[in-house]
Amino acid sequence: MKSLSLSYLDHAAATPVDARVLEAMLPYFSSVYGNPSSFHSVGIEAKRAVQEARKRIASLLNAQEENIIFTSGGTESDSLAVLGIPRTKVHLDALRAKLGEETIPHVITSSVEHHAVLEPLLFLKKRGEIELTVLDVDRQGMVAPQDVVKALKENTLLVSIMMANNEIGTIEPIADTGRAILSWRKERETPYPFFHTDACQAAGYLDLDVEKTHVDLLTLNASKMYGPKGIGLLYIRKGIRLAPLIIGGGQERNLRSGTENVPGIIGLAKAFELAQASREEESSRLTVLRDALAEELLTIPKSVLNGHTTKRLPNNVNVSFLDIEGEAAILYLDAEGIMASTGSACASSSLDPSHVILATGLSYEAAHGSIRFTLGRSTTKEDVQHVLQVMPGVVERLRHMSPVNLDMKYFEKQ
Amino acid sequence: MSDPIIKPTHEARKGDVVTPAKGKGWFYTDMVKEHFFSPKNFLEDEASYKQAYLGMVGSPACGDAMKVWLKIETIDGVERIKDFKWKTFGCASAIASTSMLSVMITEEGGMPVEDALKLRPQDIMERLGGLPARKVHCSVLGDKALRSAINDYFRKSGQHDRVEVEHGRLVDKVLKITDHDIEEAVLEGADTLEKLQEKIKVGTGDPSCIPDVEQLLRFYKEKHFGA
Repeated sequence: MKSLSLSYLDHAAATPVDARVLEAMLPYFSSVYGNPSSFHSVGIEAKRAVQEARKRIASLLNAQEENIIFTSGGTESDSLAVLGIPRTKVHLDALRAKLGEETIPHVITSSVEHHAVLEPLLFLKKRGEIELTVLDVDRQGMVAPQDVVKALKENTLLVSIMMANNEIGTIEPIADTGRAILSWRKERETPYPFFHTDACQAAGYLDLDVEKTHVDLLTLNASKMYGPKGIGLLYIRKGIRLAPLIIGGGQERNLRSGTENVPGIIGLAKAFELAQASREEESSRLTVLRDALAEELLTIPKSVLNGHTTKRLPNNVNVSFLDIEGEAAILYLDAEGIMASTGSACASSSLDPSHVILATGLSYEAAHGSIRFTLGRSTTKEDVQHVLQVMPGVVERLRHMSPVNLDMKYFEKQ
Repeated sequence: MSDPIIKPTHEARKGDVVTPAKGKGWFYTDMVKEHFFSPKNFLEDEASYKQAYLGMVGSPACGDAMKVWLKIETIDGVERIKDFKWKTFGCASAIASTSMLSVMITEEGGMPVEDALKLRPQDIMERLGGLPARKVHCSVLGDKALRSAINDYFRKSGQHDRVEVEHGRLVDKVLKITDHDIEEAVLEGADTLEKLQEKIKVGTGDPSCIPDVEQLLRFYKEKHFGA
């Protein structure tokens, strides 16, 4: 049921729940409502359903069931990983036994990570619990595996690099980084560092096989792949200990207490299955639309593509326009039925422009004028046409009102 | 007697941008929406305003920049602002604030310069029916651009004694940070000493001023956000 005049192009923010996902979830609200910890039949039925879902998810990740911890979503999974690992006594003891009592763990991450990874790490750093290296990226937002290797130290306990960027769509070379970390560990005969990746944006488009990507921890959530909000998971490679954030009844192998979100878990499993099944077909379909949209948008004067031209999520187009401010553009687009997002400061609660776009070396001026369109399953050629009909006029109108007339050189950091 | 800065209207605070099909629940008030989608008095023919009095504030790097052009006439001994044109780079509230300011200045035969100098950002906010708390700084910019243009008028008409230089009280003597700078930073979202220091580094060179800074921080938070 899609109205012709509405184009929802903000799939990186949220996706609608797929009808098949909703259908799979429905029995678990009022019919199979038992607590999986109960011993009576309705509890056991719920428990079986959760087990079944866990098994299916594990197989899509090429992992074991016991390696999947269900959480409330991407942010919680990221927190569990990046707070949990540096706060685990066995890891601290191991580092200290080798490097001295005063040792604090070292963590490596990148400047384009989601706030859900950066903020908890900055929190730990501020409290003196970790030493933190935030790696720079190149102009396309890429974290070079050799930069990760160069940053590795004896006390490096964790590396966290996202699989694909939520703002600019850049696909990071996770498998190469994973392999490099693996051989570093092998040479030194150490289990550290562990490698975490946030794969929330990647689930519908990339292969998440943890053996191919060589990751030890992986964050995933349902709401970016046509599943419900409020459910996610953290994959933890067998044998890796970590401290829980939520402590109580001991569910999820003591790593995440609280009664399981049964309908959510069922929805996550179904959504993940559907997303992975249509991954290749959907990727090629959207790549065509993505490239058509980007190419045409870039014919608007004083515009530049943010992110990588080819190593890019099939659904992401992010373009900066000089002399206009993103929030104003978003609202003019919204009035025409086009829903997109911006990295402008005015649209953020912090009043700072996108840290991701600034990290790629673009100027503040250009970050304020960035517009992100993220395509999805409902997106058609008509939506692309719709944007292409409206966007040039919006840019022209705002430029007409703007006292600013910057040179192209203002795309670069001043 | 509602002060929209201290108490932004309920309407302005709630809601989010929703689909146009639903037609309501906008993040901004209807008045903001009206001035954003149909801005009044923005400058179209720059050539006819070459002689106008010019005011400027902000920069595109900060996310907001405004230019204001005024025409001022003395009628029966009263200096009145007969024309107010503007150009704004910024978000919806920045565009709407300047547009509303232009209406307020030019209605009723043009506002006397003396009255315009007394105009406060709160007055613009009130006419807009309030702005979301984190957008309050946008209305301050319009007010500043106006005063900058009036100063241009004073200079060009030889009334140098009337030029009002914005000088605040020096708080951090090392970094030359004034109370105005702190107010500005608070309006831009710095609600803790930490965030304030991230923005303007106040007190990093001269920690002795920190108690003073903390007091100003509380004062401006209360003044603008009522908390």
